[in-house]
Amino acid sequence: MKVIIRNARIMGEDSPDNLYIRDGLITAPYNDPPDREIDVSGAALFPGLIDAHCHLRDPGYEYKEDIQSGTMSAAKGGYTSVCCMPNTNPVCDNASVVSSIISKSKKVGFTNVFPIGAASKGLCGKELAEIGLMKEAGIVAISNDGLPIEPSDLMRKVIEYASSFDLIVMNHCEDTSLSQGAMNEGPLSTRMGLRGIPTLAENIMISRDLLIAEYLNLPVHICHVSNKVGVQIIREAKARGVKVTAETCPHYFSLTEEAVTGYNTDAKMSPPLRTEEDRQAIIEGLADKTIDIIVTDHAPHHPDDKQIEFSMAEKGIVGFETAFALAYTNLVRKGRISLSRLIECMSEKPSEILKLGRGSIQIGSIADIACFDLMTPFVFDKNQMLSKSRNTPFHNHELVGKCILTIQGGQITYEELC
Amino acid sequence: MTLLSKDLLGLNELTTDEIEEILVTTETMKRVLTSGNKKTSHLQGKSVITLFYENSTRTRLSFELASKYMGASSANISTSGSSVNKGESLLDTARTIDMMATDIIIMRHNQSGAPHFIAPFLKASVVNAGDGMNEHPTQALLDMFTLKERFGSLKGLKIAICGDISHSRVARSNSIGLSKMGAEVHLFGPPTMIPMGIEQMGCKVARSLDEAICDADAIMGLRVQLERQSNSLFPSVAEYSKYFSILPELLSKAKSNAIIMHPGPCNHGVELPTILYDSPQSVINEQVTNGVAVRMAILYLLIARRNLQ
Repeated sequence: MKVIIRNARIMGEDSPDNLYIRDGLITAPYNDPPDREIDVSGAALFPGLIDAHCHLRDPGYEYKEDIQSGTMSAAKGGYTSVCCMPNTNPVCDNASVVSSIISKSKKVGFTNVFPIGAASKGLCGKELAEIGLMKEAGIVAISNDGLPIEPSDLMRKVIEYASSFDLIVMNHCEDTSLSQGAMNEGPLSTRMGLRGIPTLAENIMISRDLLIAEYLNLPVHICHVSNKVGVQIIREAKARGVKVTAETCPHYFSLTEEAVTGYNTDAKMSPPLRTEEDRQAIIEGLADKTIDIIVTDHAPHHPDDKQIEFSMAEKGIVGFETAFALAYTNLVRKGRISLSRLIECMSEKPSEILKLGRGSIQIGSIADIACFDLMTPFVFDKNQMLSKSRNTPFHNHELVGKCILTIQGGQITYEELC
Repeated sequence: MTLLSKDLLGLNELTTDEIEEILVTTETMKRVLTSGNKKTSHLQGKSVITLFYENSTRTRLSFELASKYMGASSANISTSGSSVNKGESLLDTARTIDMMATDIIIMRHNQSGAPHFIAPFLKASVVNAGDGMNEHPTQALLDMFTLKERFGSLKGLKIAICGDISHSRVARSNSIGLSKMGAEVHLFGPPTMIPMGIEQMGCKVARSLDEAICDADAIMGLRVQLERQSNSLFPSVAEYSKYFSILPELLSKAKSNAIIMHPGPCNHGVELPTILYDSPQSVINEQVTNGVAVRMAILYLLIARRNLQ
């Protein structure tokens, strides 16, 4: 298939140019007639976004999301590759589940799907999962996400063992003895009568993981950093040479705990939304590269799991279809980070950390690209999402940075008529 | 004046004018309640349902009596013996009650925010009879009524609230309500039972029981949930009683006409000794009577608002 994209501002350059795609690759200009010619009228064109952390809920929780709906949603958000966490049912802790996710995604998926394997069997935090066999089947990282790798001894062994297969360990940092609450601990949780989750719960485990990584001189990746002290601890560790990479999510730089006011379960997540001071620190961390990447932590939930009492509601929000626009609106347009830094956070660097060999636009590279309208404000409508779930706190938010075209491996996976 | 909202969810949601209106109406209701004939017809032709997910003696009975004294058709549902035990969700349960032409649903629930969650889905008025650790507005209103009855005004009063502040919806509602009405609230308890940032609700956290009680007009004990001992919030009942209990010798620090309050149920000898519970300064039993009057006032005002709509 031959596609020519006309009038695209490639990598956000000022002057529009054309991009040529043939047989799934970005190529030099050619003269033969293309199968499709798309004029994007000055939209910005970037390497397709890469999400290093999402939940597709497949297998096991297809009533929330499945590989098809999840990747359709991702493609609509400009993603061409997504890495799905292993907390499925059955848990993605062995090669056969990995293979089934990959083969299903090849059949019905709208993006590349790279599974992340469980660190421990059944996510139970006791025995190592078959990391080597899962790597052979196609995993790109190891994690117990949703749950922390709690015993320090196991965390050490996971990092050590995964290193021989050149896999990064991504830890969801949470000391669960401190985190038995429903929202950020502070004056607001006190006022709302909800048990609080202190930042301490997150930071104790971040510190521990950094110490283990430093001791072993091996890399570790910290999932969804949400607070100021967490950013500081990682910044200090990087300064002394610890091999750490870190991620955050759009909600942590777009919202504060105030979003849960009125017991809004669509703003309930783990770690919880924090304070304005924390939000600012997350943005600074992204700007000075303490935090390496932006991930969605796309966590679809059915209304049956959300339209209930706050403390009992599931944690997490959907994120594919708002991630880029939130980042562009709240970071780039507000002058906090550059456009090129944003693309680094959402495509180049995730590819580098997970060794996906994507995230750039060059002659000969895989044609994974996405075009965004960086001019026209739009009102985000959750009912227009392609995800099966609707659990987002961003309904009716006015944003800039709507995806209008996504191409993965030379195939059009999302197209909004311009 | 009428109440602004169809529901009564918390002191947080009430304006000072609304609180004043409830307290003034309570005076009338107390006269009705203590007269020879308690029966009125304010709620005739109306239905009031109590839906209790937690145990209760005072709150539930006072709501039921209040609605009966005022002529409403009332019924009650609790978790045992209802479809809640079959796993019916809160929202489905509430909608089911709503669809039986119910006017007022009085709900107690163990989860903070549960009444706030269901109220927008229902035509009926929702009255919060205690939600998790969040609020217990009718208790705070009866406490405020008791104080106002005794001292004439709430403005400038110093109220000491002692005990497990963290888990107490009574402490939260009173802190919010009394602060709104111009009283000064001083909180005291073991630091493990003082929630973070409670000062921002307009109250002060005392460093000692002496400091809390000093010059107080009223001292309110809160029930210590004894099962909390296993969560390491305090080491033993004996130690709690020694260091955190309201002891008779401390009372000399308070104003000479200070009163002793407790929302009940009381663990005698833990929050305060029986000698204080039964002392002339104690208004604990009067609080119970006022509880019926304040709930009559709330039902009356909510129905009055509904009649206008």
